[in-house]
Amino acid sequence: MSNRIDVKKTYKLYINGAFPRTESGRTYEIKDAKGMFIANPCLASRKDLKDAVVAARAAHPGWNKASAYNKGQILYRIAEMLEGRRSQFIDEIVSVTGITKAKSEKEVTDSVDRLVWYAGWSDKLSSLSGALNPVAGPYYNFTVPESMGVIAAIAPESPSLLGLIDAIAPIIVGGNTVIVLASTKAPLSAMSFAEVIATSDVPAGVINILTGKKDEIAPWMASHMDIDGFDISGLATKAHGAVRIAGAENLKRIYSFNSADPGRILAFLEYKTVWHPIGL
Amino acid sequence: MEDPMKFNYAPAPESRSIVSIKPKYGHFIGGKFVAGRKHFPTINPATEETLSQIALAGVAEVDAAVKAARKAYTTTWSKMSGRERGKYLFRIARIMQERSREFAVLETLDNGKPIRESRDVDVPLAAAHFFYHAGWADKLEFAGLGTSTKPHGVAGQIIPWNFPLLMLAWKVAPALAAGNTVVLKPAENTSLTALLFAEVCQQAELPAGVVNIVTGNGSTGALIVNHPGIDKIAFTGSTEVGKIIARAVAPTQKSVTLELGGKAANIIFEDAAIDEAIEGIVNGVFFNQGHVCCAGSRLILQESVADEVIEKLKRRMSLIRVGDPMDKNTDLGAINSQEQLLKIRELSATGDSEGAERWSAPCELPKKGFWFAPTIFTGVTQSHRIAREEIFGPVLSVLTFRTPQEAIDKANNTPFGLSAGIWSEKGSRILWASQQLRAGVIWANTFNKFDPTSPFGGYKESGWGREGGRHGLSAYLKGVSHE
Repeated sequence: MSNRIDVKKTYKLYINGAFPRTESGRTYEIKDAKGMFIANPCLASRKDLKDAVVAARAAHPGWNKASAYNKGQILYRIAEMLEGRRSQFIDEIVSVTGITKAKSEKEVTDSVDRLVWYAGWSDKLSSLSGALNPVAGPYYNFTVPESMGVIAAIAPESPSLLGLIDAIAPIIVGGNTVIVLASTKAPLSAMSFAEVIATSDVPAGVINILTGKKDEIAPWMASHMDIDGFDISGLATKAHGAVRIAGAENLKRIYSFNSADPGRILAFLEYKTVWHPIGL
Repeated sequence: MEDPMKFNYAPAPESRSIVSIKPKYGHFIGGKFVAGRKHFPTINPATEETLSQIALAGVAEVDAAVKAARKAYTTTWSKMSGRERGKYLFRIARIMQERSREFAVLETLDNGKPIRESRDVDVPLAAAHFFYHAGWADKLEFAGLGTSTKPHGVAGQIIPWNFPLLMLAWKVAPALAAGNTVVLKPAENTSLTALLFAEVCQQAELPAGVVNIVTGNGSTGALIVNHPGIDKIAFTGSTEVGKIIARAVAPTQKSVTLELGGKAANIIFEDAAIDEAIEGIVNGVFFNQGHVCCAGSRLILQESVADEVIEKLKRRMSLIRVGDPMDKNTDLGAINSQEQLLKIRELSATGDSEGAERWSAPCELPKKGFWFAPTIFTGVTQSHRIAREEIFGPVLSVLTFRTPQEAIDKANNTPFGLSAGIWSEKGSRILWASQQLRAGVIWANTFNKFDPTSPFGGYKESGWGREGGRHGLSAYLKGVSHE
């Protein structure tokens, strides 16, 4: 109908609140379900991962210190921003994956609702897993959950958006910062989701998103000495052993999940127990 | 250097007549003691006297123990109600209390720790761990861990030589309460109280195979870690071995908890109650000869009080009574082994060569046995090996700071994260510092306190998981909805 030429989007990485191209200059081709070219997303390099870890580490103290109320509101803000761009995400998922519009709508709806669900957990975690311990002596003794630090995650191939949200939200809601590798086959909604994050008051470096190959990036994540934990839910089971062996070098906490439950949040929290004498 | 205020104590030796040590021990498998094939000596580190011959478990013994544990799990323990399991644990706790003096004397003879400590800390806490976990056995569905939890099955447990009986209790009590059966290996140098515990299991009429104890060295430990019939591994020991275990189980479905090394900071702010802090520093690093993973081995002093603290600390250190662990007045006992003594000497020598200043309390060390005088190094910087590596002995490294943030930065500058101490009279500063410190246990205006209700365990390279409390219990259950 129209002769207008589309303005196509360049899909880049999301590191430290900015959208850099991969320093490696490498890309790969994404085609739609009918085989037509859509985009050339980045094949992130080891250097890109290192940059993302530096950003995530720098962002951790501030995000860790933010009140649970504040973190919950920011997660809710992400849901608000995603809700406002529903149609863009629905179309993008349909074009890349070829699923029906109805299925795509459900995935985006579930994604928004899932973010809202995680947002509400921020100020309930210590009720869920903290404790006041009745020690046999004149001491006040309590245990509180606390963020673990910098966590890496491999999002599943599909669902590409909902899976990405399950890889990000449970990690950050407890005060961690994250570097997530998006679905390799369907990375475009992840990079559009980065635009949602960038407009949701999420401090720079708290969420970093890479695109590329799992078999390249997962071993780099596993062996990086400044990553504290690793969600490998999106990684094929046969690759888990090698990743766990590499991760043992700094005793990374490595977990795989198959559902969205509070366990996903608590897995990447540490427990701190504080003692103080009671007396006059 | 004789202090005019120093009292002279008459010897007050505990009698060893309450224990009868057999010349040779076997393994405890399927409820019975079975003869070992090879043996190695276990010695009293305070005298170098050989106490007994301990069996070295190989493939056949570990396999027999795992089979006995599996059989007990399948036929008895997993079918028993939590209430009945709990009653066995209560029985064990009571028998340990009844035989506490025997346990304390045996622990001190085999380990070298002062009788005052084994009598007042190790043994009572071990019994308390059984008593606490006994109560969980029939209340697991109320532990807040979900309603569909199950025991793992057979747990393989490997424990260290610094708190032999207490570490056994930390491992065995939650495992049994949660419904697992166990194969436990005590440390090579300190097997005797574990073998006495086997007698307690017999007296408690614990079903055969629920607790199996195989003795041996690291090779026996490796057989347990790699045995396909084991579902869960729990290890307390060095970070180095912890990483080997983490790699070994990586390709398997085994669940793992690790309690590893530490290099705890003990921070003294200028507003601290200095005399109390001095006691806390001494208890922090000289308790149990410094053979404590959570020992406060890095003293981080605010500059304005550094001279005063060091002077008072030296005076207090010169009052520490080093010597016969069986003497009830002894504060600091024997180093557990020659190997450990050499390691402490080697690391201390790097303190000298890297430019720190050594001061040791003037004390007469016994001629026989393994001894190291309480020692501090001042002028330590963060790059010194004695500020970075776990010495696991009575050696304190002293660093200083000017601002609170500098104290936190120095405290957190380590791959470990097990424990930390804070001394200040200001509540808001204590809570701020406890939030900033990246460690699993924070002692504020106290140090080295333990309780079965209180989760213990580390951040970063100090391990995986917690022991004690609800959090520790969850490590022995699968299908936990969260934790």
